[in-house]
Order: sequence, then C-alpha cells, then structure tokens
Amino acid sequence: MTFRGRAHKFGNDVDTDAIIPARYLSTSDPEVLKNHCMEDADPEFPGKVQPGDVIVAGKNFGCGSSREHAPIAIKASGVSCVIASSFARIFFRNSFNMGLPIFESDEAVRAIDGGDTVEVDADSGVIRDLTTGRQFQARPIPAFMQELIADGGLMEHIRKRGSI
Amino acid sequence: MTIAEKILAAHSQTKGFQSGDIIKVDVDVALANDITAPIAIQEFRKAGVPSMAHADRVVFVLDHFTPAKDIASANQCKYVRDFALEHGMEHFFDGGEAGVEHALLPEKGLVLPGDLVIGADSHTCTYGALGAFATGVGSTDLAAAMMTGQAWIKVPATMRFVFTGTLRPWVGGKDLVLYLIGRIGVDGALYKVMEIAGPAISALSMADRMSMSNMAIEAGGKAGIIAADDTTEAYVKPRAARPYTIYTSDQDAVYESVTTFDCGDIEPQVAFPHLPENARPVGEAGDVKIDQVVIGSCTNGRIEDLRTAAGIMKGKRVARGLRCLILPATPAVFRQAVKEGLIDIFLEAGAIVGPPTCGPCLGGHMGILARGEKALATTNRNFVGRMGDPSSEVYLCGPAVAAASAVTGVITAPQEVAR
Repeated sequence: MTFRGRAHKFGNDVDTDAIIPARYLSTSDPEVLKNHCMEDADPEFPGKVQPGDVIVAGKNFGCGSSREHAPIAIKASGVSCVIASSFARIFFRNSFNMGLPIFESDEAVRAIDGGDTVEVDADSGVIRDLTTGRQFQARPIPAFMQELIADGGLMEHIRKRGSI
Repeated sequence: MTIAEKILAAHSQTKGFQSGDIIKVDVDVALANDITAPIAIQEFRKAGVPSMAHADRVVFVLDHFTPAKDIASANQCKYVRDFALEHGMEHFFDGGEAGVEHALLPEKGLVLPGDLVIGADSHTCTYGALGAFATGVGSTDLAAAMMTGQAWIKVPATMRFVFTGTLRPWVGGKDLVLYLIGRIGVDGALYKVMEIAGPAISALSMADRMSMSNMAIEAGGKAGIIAADDTTEAYVKPRAARPYTIYTSDQDAVYESVTTFDCGDIEPQVAFPHLPENARPVGEAGDVKIDQVVIGSCTNGRIEDLRTAAGIMKGKRVARGLRCLILPATPAVFRQAVKEGLIDIFLEAGAIVGPPTCGPCLGGHMGILARGEKALATTNRNFVGRMGDPSSEVYLCGPAVAAASAVTGVITAPQEVAR
C-alpha cells in the first residue's frame, strides 16, 4: 500500500492534549473529534488538512494520555500516516491496534519540509519526498505488528486468529 | 532477572524472551474509566462475545468527567454503567464509591505486588509502587483483554534509578520524580521500565512512592517499579483478598543503565510550562503570580498529601484573588481528612473543597483556566491547554509548594510560609 499527500510539520513532544484536547473527550465520535484534531498545536489544521496528507513530527510524538481519541481524530481527519523521529509508547501501540500507519525515521523528519509532497510505501517502509526527490528508509516494523496492520487492527486480528 | 522480567515471565507461556520480543501475557487486572471504557465496550460489543473472559479482573471507575459535567459526559457514564450492570461487574465504581482510579485501586486492595496490570489510562504505571508491572494501554487493548484475558507486550529493557542520602525538608516523592524527569527528559525512558530504588526510596511512604511511579509515563516509561518491602506489605496485607507474590531483582540483573542521585542535592521542585521536564528548584522559580492552585489527583490526592498541605495552610488564608481547589482523591481519603480536621483547615483558609474527580487535571471540569491564567497544581501534566484555554499555563509541584503558594499567591518555597 502506498500513501501520498502533503506534509504537515510539527515539532518534538507533540502530546495527546495537542492532538485532541481533553475538553472534547465527552464523545468518541470520529466525525466530531476530527474537527478538533491538532487544534492546540495548529488551530488551522482541521480546516486545511486534505485526505491523504501526512503528519511529520519530531521525537516522542503522542506523549501523554492513553486516549485512543488521538489516533481516532488523526485517522478521521483524513491523514494517511504519521512519520516521526520517535513515538511515545502508548500512542505507538494504539496506532497498530487501530490500524493507523506510523513510521519512524529521524532522517526523513529532518529533511521533509511542511508542504512537501510525500509518498510512503507501507510494505518496504521507503519514504520519498517527491518535492525534493530525496528518499529515506523507515525503521523496520516487528513481524507481530505487521500482522496487526495486515489484519486491520487488534480486534480483527483476534477475530481472524482466535487469540492475540 | 529484573522485577519486570520476572513478572512478565510469570504471566507468559513464552520462555527465554529478550527485550524487544513481543509476548502474550495473562492480565491480573484490566482497568478503564469513563473516557476510555466506552470505546473498549463498543469494540467488545462489536466482537459479539457474550461474556468477558474474567469479569472479576476488569475494573471500571467513573472518575474523569464525574460527577457528570454535561449531557454528553452523562451519556458516556450511563453507557459504561449499563454495561457494568448487564455483566454483573463486581469492580465497578460509580457515584459515592468512585474515586480517582489510581488512588482507589491500591486502597481497595485490587492491585497487588507481582500483578500484571493494564489500564486504559496512562497513569496506570502508579501501581509499580506496589511492586507490580502496571502499564497504560489504549481502549482497544482493554477490549482485547476483556475478550481474551490477555495483552501483547513488547518486552522492555530496564533503567535503574537509585536515590541515596536523606530527603531535605519539604521534599517528597513528587519532588524526586520531577527532578528525575528534569534530568532525563520527557522521553528519557521511552519504551523502558524504570526501576526506582535506593535507601531514600526505602524510607518513603507508599503515598510518596505512588507519586513517583505515577509519573514514570512523564519520562516515556512503560512502568515505574519499586520493589515491594516491609512498607509495601504493611500497606497491602490488610487490603489483599487474594495471594500475591513479591519479586526482587537479582544481583546480576541486566540494566540498560544505572543512574544514582543524591537526595541531598534535591530541593522542592516546580516544573514550568509546557513539559514536566522543565523542572527547577522552587528557589529558582522567580516571581510567578498564580491564579489557581489545585491539590489532588492520582499523583498527590492521598491523605498524606492533604496532611502536608493542611500543615502549611493551618491558620492562614488563601491569597486574595487566588482560587485554591482541594480534591481528596477517594471517598476514604475525604472521610479521613474530615476526621482529622484537615477539611476545616482548608475551608477556614478559604479553599474550595470538591469531590474526588480527575476533572481539573485534564481541563475536564471543576477549575478550568481562563485565557492567560496560571495554575500551580500537584497533578502530573503541564502541556499546552491541559487545564483550560490554550494560552493558560500549568506549573507542577508537590503539596507543600502548592499549599505555601496558595497562601502567598506566588510560587513560594514551603519554609517561607510554614511555621
């Protein structure tokens, strides 16, 4: 599978309160949450994000709360995948459990500018900046987590295989 | 082996695993709250399974937006309540039985040494203070545990942090952990177990230990484990309704790193906006005028915290123009605080005493900040917009600094107010 879209660039330590502020957590409806995605990091983000776009961020993306409302909001906003230098651990597992593709590459994050068109080959982990022509390799994904993505998330995985 | 490795091994069929391996583990306790349980229940219902694998190991606490702050929150609570009643859940805490989950579960004896606990709340790591392997997960992980009784875990390496020496006046577990996060950063222990040890930790109360383990996630940690000892047993024994196992790390356990801190160097701390790693000694805080003080939460809402705060506020008044909120973390803490006269001290000082709730910590309700306001809180996060308007600011500290600052209206060292 290939993802392709414009890059939206964010800094280090983007926390889950910035991704989806707690004041909106009285619902888990994706259609509501997407209107506030990344609001406290960039108030204009919900209005400008296009289907397929890519979030590119620094280290420790998704730190803080365990709220799955964060990956839900990102997915519902149309973002196809997130590239970061590193991910906070709960956000990392939530993304695989829910089927939000994420890729780790500090090199890619340093090189990609906001507004660049980015293409990611999910199978090989190759990230291409089509604006500059540069290419990067994301860190390999453990086999079990590849299985989760292929099955469509943890619950589908259990349904198909009968256990975790 | 480390404590974490021993607990994982005891809960997994996989033998001889190494850090980085992904293993399946049996879960002793699976926890969710009114924000995270609804998604887990939806997923569970979608899967069409008639009953939970081990309903007696699942705990739901309605503590975040409770007492319900609006219609949407009330509906979320009702959704969880209906499910809990339908499934006859033994460990469902609502209304006057509910308290801030990470204060409530240890108090009720629901988490014990040697347990493997997952919770759809990032501060589940609090139970590391009891010598358990406890880690925050998402709602989907919880749904999977409700269905199968299991979870998947990427085996983490362990970083050991040793605290030596004696605590300086007014320093507590919160100050030690803020100092630690200040040293290693908000991703200093990313994906790792933090094993917190040393003579200074052995001398700490359970409340102080829980404040420390609670904030392991603020350094990116997967767990924040303190070996169970006599202090732990004294706390756990009268509460435990099932057997438990105490694990200690072997002499030849492999650590990714070992770092030692001398408590003689550690003053009461304040973490400046907008990351917990921005910790500095209160003496170097400068002149920061604050609009609101919050004393409570899963980090510092226990009776020991309230005693510390009351000791400083006794006979004094909250500064004019400042709102001081005190939220005992559980009903039992509240009752004890009434018995000891602490609530009288707070009310006489002009503080607001509220019910047990997570509300203000995450900008949910009861103490939302207006544009540009500053709060000093004994909570655990000071991210942008955490307690209200995105332009507001949160400073983190322990109960002593919070109480002293409530009296003066600016961030203040406890010894400047305490007699």
